[in-house]
Amino acid sequence: MSQTLSEQIISRAAGRSVQAGEVVTAQIDLAMIHDSIAPSVIRILHEELGATQVWDVNRIAVAIDHVAPAATPQTADAQNKLRGWVRQQGIPNFFDAGRGIAHQVLIEEGLARPGMLIVGSDSHSTAYGAVGALGTGMGATDIALALATGQTWLRVPETIRVQAHGQLGTGVTAKDVALKLARELRADGATYQAIEYHGFDSFTLGQRTTLTTMAIEVGGKAGIVPPHGLAAADAPPWLALSDHATYSRTIDIDLDNLDPQIAAPNYVDNVVDLRDVGRVNVDVVYLGTCTNGRYEDLAAAARILRGRRVAPGVRMMVVPASSEALQLAVADGTLATLLAAGATLGTPGCGACIGRHMGVLGSTDVCLFTGNRNFRGRMGHPEAQIYLGSPEVAAATAVAGYIADPRTISDQAVTDDGRWATVLQA
Amino acid sequence: MARVWRFGADVNTDQIVPGRFAPYVTSEAELRKYPFIEARPEFAPSVQPGDVIVAERNFGCGSSREYAPQALKLVGIGAIIAPSFARIFYRNALNLGIPLFEADLPQLSDGMELELDVGQGRLQVGGDTIQLPPPPAWMQEVWNIGGIVPYFRTYGRFPGEAAS
Ligand code: SF4
Repeated sequence: MSQTLSEQIISRAAGRSVQAGEVVTAQIDLAMIHDSIAPSVIRILHEELGATQVWDVNRIAVAIDHVAPAATPQTADAQNKLRGWVRQQGIPNFFDAGRGIAHQVLIEEGLARPGMLIVGSDSHSTAYGAVGALGTGMGATDIALALATGQTWLRVPETIRVQAHGQLGTGVTAKDVALKLARELRADGATYQAIEYHGFDSFTLGQRTTLTTMAIEVGGKAGIVPPHGLAAADAPPWLALSDHATYSRTIDIDLDNLDPQIAAPNYVDNVVDLRDVGRVNVDVVYLGTCTNGRYEDLAAAARILRGRRVAPGVRMMVVPASSEALQLAVADGTLATLLAAGATLGTPGCGACIGRHMGVLGSTDVCLFTGNRNFRGRMGHPEAQIYLGSPEVAAATAVAGYIADPRTISDQAVTDDGRWATVLQA
Repeated sequence: MARVWRFGADVNTDQIVPGRFAPYVTSEAELRKYPFIEARPEFAPSVQPGDVIVAERNFGCGSSREYAPQALKLVGIGAIIAPSFARIFYRNALNLGIPLFEADLPQLSDGMELELDVGQGRLQVGGDTIQLPPPPAWMQEVWNIGGIVPYFRTYGRFPGEAAS
């Protein structure tokens, strides 16, 4: 066998051996729809395609995560309609407001599994690559067709191989790897292609998800971590790396010498080493999203914030990616640490990531965000400045009041006027 | 006569229709008012049916929101021409029947008048004729029939070949 993981997964889904470049019709293993796109999907499904029933209620997952809980009477009505539709169709895998972000929840629930072909109404459906699935985002019409037929058509992508060397140092994270890749590949470097991440066997499932959610930010159709280690027991026997697979290019990434990375406004590939970002005072630190809102992200931030305070004038918002992440953070005191430091908690879900509710930014706000997009207007006002960084950088920044390297935080002190401040090394 | 609306590289779906203006939080009837509402507020009020967007690489990157190309369809955009498109946008636009051409046309500037023959992929501008890469026959069929839904309803299958 000499196929990439994408070729293997699409071959199985298409029922024949396929190669990059071919256009095929394939069976879908799982389709995800979420609250903000679902009304269009349902309208197209019933009104335009004339389908009365989805193809398989057990292969569909529905989540209310983007505006959860509802922000306006209109979104509340739309969500009630969606609940009614889910009941009427008899779809068991329904995740209501508060359960969390679809991508995280589908992985937690074991619905996304290695070797699956998964289509989702959200572009960050590349997330499912964390378990070794091929996940890809599509628009409302494609998803409606998928719900009606259980099939989709796609071009088998070429694959870029990312080859990691070494181990991450303290204070450097999977997010820094993902931002570094955006820096190298640029926003369209993987357009029409898939990414395979090799050499990340020591990464946790959460770290893998940080990588794969950001595959779309370089244009990727999918981002897949070979299911070594964690997900290996679950993996079908036909899914395995081949020495003879063809890759369009290989990008080597030196984990040993990687420094914290920051994406400056307004593009995800506008990435610099944190040390080169200069002094950037922030108003808001936002910890959450499908990229970095998991328990381990909250715990990493809490390790830095323990015994410290969020700097005066900084608002720190914590929005767990899922109810499971929140419960874990409650159970071991992580949440208490964050709250004691002065952070505020939001309902598990997407939060202000798409600028619709729960802490949207105003025109003068500068935000350090652990999410995946810093586009103009993404989190609210188009003049707001969004910098992307890791949860560790978020915590260090919250303490310092300006974008700070988690490795440089040494101590804290009280300034002359009695306010908390943190003394940073050089 | 149709005119050129010139855009740069990496135009993202948040620029085309910001999430805050999604039909989900506003209403479908309003959508035609929102294309480029913040990035280029003069666009929606003055764009005319048949006008052409000419951009640089990676047009439509970002989210899967189909209401971004849908908003452009509602105002009657005749075609979008760029050296490359983000793949979800490409699919969404094709699905809605909006003609997309992959071509780099730095010589076209904002406000130029042009005529586009979509079927032939031919542009007339300032006395010059520009031949765009001709779309495959199946793609023209999707455009002509009005998008992927009518295509699927007519043929009972997905297109046989495509760039996805
Ligand atoms: S957290 Fe942000 S990027 Fe992730 S699914 Fe939600 S809106 Fe999209």
